Amino acid sequence: MAAESGNAPVVLDVVGLTRSFGAVRANDAVSLDLVTGEIHALIGPNGAGKSTFISQVAGDLAPDSGSIRFQGRDIGQMSAAQRARLGMARTFQISSLIPEFTVLENAMLAHLGRLGESMRFFAPVARDRKLRQLARTCLERVGLDSRHRERVSEISHGERRLLEIAIALALEPAVFLLDEPMAGLDQEGSRMLIGLLDSLRQTAPVLLVEHDMDAVFALADRISVLVDGRLIATGQPDAIRSDDTVRAAYLGVEHP
Amino acid sequence: MTPRLASTAVVLLLLAVPLAGTILNEPWLITLATRVAILGLAGVGLNLVLGYGGMVSLGHAAYFGIGGYVAGILAHHALEGHPLMAWPVALGGTDSMIVIWLVAIVCGALLALLIGSLSLRTTGVYFIMITLAFAQMIYYFTISWPAYGGEDGLPIYVRNSLFGLDTMDPMTFFMIVFVVLVIVIFLVSRVVQSNFGLALNAVRQNEARVRSVGIGGFRIRLVAFVMSGAITALAGALFVDLNRFVSPSMLSWHTSGEIMIFVILGGVARLWGPIAGAALYVFLEQVLGSMTEHWQFWVGLLLIVVVLHARGGIMGFTSGRHSHGG
Repeated sequence: MAAESGNAPVVLDVVGLTRSFGAVRANDAVSLDLVTGEIHALIGPNGAGKSTFISQVAGDLAPDSGSIRFQGRDIGQMSAAQRARLGMARTFQISSLIPEFTVLENAMLAHLGRLGESMRFFAPVARDRKLRQLARTCLERVGLDSRHRERVSEISHGERRLLEIAIALALEPAVFLLDEPMAGLDQEGSRMLIGLLDSLRQTAPVLLVEHDMDAVFALADRISVLVDGRLIATGQPDAIRSDDTVRAAYLGVEHP
Repeated sequence: MTPRLASTAVVLLLLAVPLAGTILNEPWLITLATRVAILGLAGVGLNLVLGYGGMVSLGHAAYFGIGGYVAGILAHHALEGHPLMAWPVALGGTDSMIVIWLVAIVCGALLALLIGSLSLRTTGVYFIMITLAFAQMIYYFTISWPAYGGEDGLPIYVRNSLFGLDTMDPMTFFMIVFVVLVIVIFLVSRVVQSNFGLALNAVRQNEARVRSVGIGGFRIRLVAFVMSGAITALAGALFVDLNRFVSPSMLSWHTSGEIMIFVILGGVARLWGPIAGAALYVFLEQVLGSMTEHWQFWVGLLLIVVVLHARGGIMGFTSGRHSHGG
């Protein structure tokens, strides 16, 4: 693993993460790291434990054992909110937004969180120029600025996926944890999002959980394969593509 | 009707009734309007957590009651001349409304902090039950506490004083209550539109999302809960001044249910909704109550219709839905 990481600094270092649900080991001693500038894809069949892994890293789910170091700090005991304030930006497999809010308000909420300004009680948030400006900059980056007045319940599925990314950007992240950002997108939408994700690695390294293999092989610098809660391989895309275990366990089924 | 117009209509109606009472020389109308304003204010407190924060508290009688007992006990000691306590500091009662209000607000906030920090760890039905259980505990405590009248309650004979006004005059007292109500609603309107209000609104809809942008949902909900308790306690203090009497019934779960009915009838997350709801409730109590002793059956029926078909309550019905902060 060290050889593949090269000399780039390790931003996120997960060691031996284990989590069981009843008798099922959803994650069994999963170790994975993320270095500056890379997109590291985590792939595996449905139910392999990918979302469980992301939830533990983001702090929404407590692991049974294992350690998570982020920018050199052990963050295992921190809440999800604390991790987010440190710059851990996650997106959700199923769009998780504030449905009654506008696109702009969703982005403003994220800036509010990052700046730690949620305990201000008197000034109207809608007239906060700085917050609005910050939010619109993030919306612009994903191409949603023209839709900033729309209510989230009124925008399309593809636009919601983009808004998830805009919110992640608002956190000025040190790492992105993207849980199936392509889920449910048509070809056109996928192609657009691939371009956007490609540019994210310049902002911060990306842990990308994704089912769309074209996207994974187009984007990933490294790929880890999770099957039945166990990591069976980590390596560069070419190595993974030709890895016999991986082909047998996973790729072979979908790409004969 | 726009939300603003609907709110204005509620304010005008609330002012018109006591005015009519004065002109027609029917002071009971003024007292009725005062009651609506105070009960509505208690609802404004609950609305902050129920309407904006999505927390179904069935224990707001606790704050209403603690505000009431603060007013009752302080006034009682002022009247009797006994000190409230002699040690470690000598503390007497008072008949100053301002002091009573401040003490009621602080006590309501502290009680809400205590109850909230325990009950907000749960959600849904468990939260409803825990808030109810806390309120019932305090209810039974007051019943079994003989020092302040126990089950019989505690009369205070004269209203407390404010700037030398004749607070026994119904219209004067109504105006005091009205001004307090307007100030509180103004403050709540600022809060729900502030940064904090945005976060509170978001917590109601999707707490996981709020966490993921670095905002602790528990803290947001707890702060809203404390504000809510303080407001409802203030209403309780005013209620005791209106009736010149405090009793454990202010703390009963029946009171918690009534406060919730005001909010739901009026329209959740509407600033003036609880006042509209309290007005309708008191109106039905008067009109139907004079016709049948089973008037609450009809209120129940109305509540079912509102919950099934008009979630926005009176305010939503008159001014359209989806108006958080309106």
